[in-house]
Amino acid sequence: MADAPPLSLYVPEPAVRPGDTPDFSNVVIPKAGSVDRPPVDADPESLRDLAFSIIRVLNRKGEAVGPWAGLLTPDELLEGLKHMMTLRAFDARMQTAQRQGKTSFYMQHMGEEAVSCAFRKALEPGDMNFPTYRQAGLLIAGDYPMVDMMNQIYSNEADPLKGRQLPIMYSSKEHGFFSISGNLGTQFVQAVGWAMASAIKNDTRIAAGWIGDGSTAESDFHAALVFASTYRAPVVLNIVNNQWAISTFQGIARGGSGTFAARGLGFGIPSLRVDGNDYLAVHAVAKWAVERARRNLGPTLVEYVTYRVGAHSTSDDPSAYRAKAESDAWPLGDPVLRLKNHLITLGAWSDERHTQAEAEILDTVIAAQKEAEKHGTLHSGGKPSTRDMFEGVYEEMPPHLRRQRQQAGV
Amino acid sequence: MPRMTMIEAIRDALDVSMGRDDNVVVFGEDVGYFGGVFRCTAGLQQKYGRTRCFDAPISELGIVGTAIGMAAYGLKPCVEVQFADYVYPAYDQIVSEAARLRYRSNGQFTCPMVVRMPTGGGIFGGQTHSQSPEALFTHVSGLKVVEPSNPVDAKGLLIAAIEDPDPVIFLEPKRLYNGPFDGHHDRPVTPWSKHALGEVEAGHYTVPLGKASVRREGSALTVLTYGTMVYVAEAAAEETGIDAEIIDLRTLLPLDLDAITTSVKKTGRCVVVHEATLTSGFGAELAALVQQHCFYNLEAPIARVTGWDTPYPHAQEWDYFPGPARIGEAMREAMEA
Repeated sequence: MADAPPLSLYVPEPAVRPGDTPDFSNVVIPKAGSVDRPPVDADPESLRDLAFSIIRVLNRKGEAVGPWAGLLTPDELLEGLKHMMTLRAFDARMQTAQRQGKTSFYMQHMGEEAVSCAFRKALEPGDMNFPTYRQAGLLIAGDYPMVDMMNQIYSNEADPLKGRQLPIMYSSKEHGFFSISGNLGTQFVQAVGWAMASAIKNDTRIAAGWIGDGSTAESDFHAALVFASTYRAPVVLNIVNNQWAISTFQGIARGGSGTFAARGLGFGIPSLRVDGNDYLAVHAVAKWAVERARRNLGPTLVEYVTYRVGAHSTSDDPSAYRAKAESDAWPLGDPVLRLKNHLITLGAWSDERHTQAEAEILDTVIAAQKEAEKHGTLHSGGKPSTRDMFEGVYEEMPPHLRRQRQQAGV
Repeated sequence: MPRMTMIEAIRDALDVSMGRDDNVVVFGEDVGYFGGVFRCTAGLQQKYGRTRCFDAPISELGIVGTAIGMAAYGLKPCVEVQFADYVYPAYDQIVSEAARLRYRSNGQFTCPMVVRMPTGGGIFGGQTHSQSPEALFTHVSGLKVVEPSNPVDAKGLLIAAIEDPDPVIFLEPKRLYNGPFDGHHDRPVTPWSKHALGEVEAGHYTVPLGKASVRREGSALTVLTYGTMVYVAEAAAEETGIDAEIIDLRTLLPLDLDAITTSVKKTGRCVVVHEATLTSGFGAELAALVQQHCFYNLEAPIARVTGWDTPYPHAQEWDYFPGPARIGEAMREAMEA
């Protein structure tokens, strides 16, 4: 058309960059307790609104309110609080250990502790997670030994993965924790395959896939949703929307869609958004989705709305790409503080006991760290052998690898 | 003994494997009700039910990605990628995930999966139905790469691949599905029913992975090849009168180096033949190994006869294809050097 103006490309930018005043006024936060809790076998078409709201249980006064409340006893909540506090203390120690040169790399959970810790408690033994690198709460809340996590982080002689994998890319079949790849998005579709296998074998176990907001842009995400919806796989598909993919704000992956959860609607998959900093809400939604899977009602897509308080990893500095005070301005608060305040409101906890618990947890983490460091750290002490490097590529070592191992003198 | 085409032999291998082990599942595009565009899975859904053999969405990434999850669960998925040319969307899943799962989890999780795919040209398939991507897989630690050249091997190797504890890329030379095509595209192909290797044992048997086979014994030079090119090389030997020893590698990874060195040390000359493009092709690996292990036995430079380094063309298919004339010329040059 001769009279049309020239085209121009739209490249989204976050509203706020370093030097600006943080502003989350565009994040609509519904009141705690205001979102309905439909029956798990409700027609997915009747659930579409859930993809655009945020399910919340804890209100500003620290009370648990609404239809998603009431699933956990004070003892269970206290256990959850301690899991989150443990993960936070663990992160702090390992972050420091990386700075001290005891390992090459670390990724912390600050601000996102509720997501993996609460989700874990909705699963049964035998269920399988296909996690990303920021769900170590699945291990902490699943009673995986912290010493083994640290041995892996240090790539020392007791590393269960023999020094072959980047720090924090844990694996524990026994604890329902699939080997983390380190590639993004790939495991989302594998979770669907695992769930399909369970259904093929008429098993009762279910799978949970994990992905970040940024990685939903990968084709694997789309393929996972196609297969999950086509075969009604017994899987919970979790998107952790922590607002930032390294330096890239979530608007780059999300495009014009209202929410990440809304991606599921075109597949007819029930899709929910939940306050990811609300332990009770995460747990309640996880329970709901897990029950759907277990009752052979098919997949559920869950978007956890949260905020990555720390850096992406030990290799980046967030002050270079986002406003410094942004995490303080995040409207959904700190998951640890919110659960702590709720327990105090219930009369089941106090500031004194919290301080005491913090000290006890720190002692436990330090004791585990000392134990792990007896087996070495990345550059000192015991380490996996060069022979271990050649093992386990195949079940049986083929001749060419045997020749190379000989050549390497091991 | 039953006579089978390579398609029937592959179907029989799937049938035998599914019959013996409930954990074997088969899926892919058009694989279920219809039985596959090449008919390799015909009848399997009817026999084993829709949860053991089924149609998949057109997503190679999804087919292979879900198969990896199934294998990690404990099933033995044998999936079909409709043409090897379509495998690239699944490449990340194969390379970063299937191939490394055992290693990175220290054996907690494994991936006993087979990815079947028709490979090679000669069917006027153009650049999207003719490629030979084997070197993209032989370069990946943790994979096994198999390419049979006849019904007997196809069945035994496929059963072995399904029973293997590690991921196997199973390349089926589609030009050989119905007969041992020798590169003379203007002549009729002998059907497998009239070829000794079309006589396929019924029931369960395996051909071990990692073992080559001497298809033609000879003393003048060694041809290292696999897939369709086995018969093209045989034709070249007959037509030139050169007493070539033709080694059908059958498994490219792990490679039967002993069979290669035994033959080249005997003949002192070596021609490497594959249909895939030349540069960084699997022939480069073969040539490097031969010179490393047989240098003092070599009487002539190692020659490579391959597809040209162009995309696989349509109208010029037979100019691209390394036919008997080109192989024969390389053999003569090797003899004269």
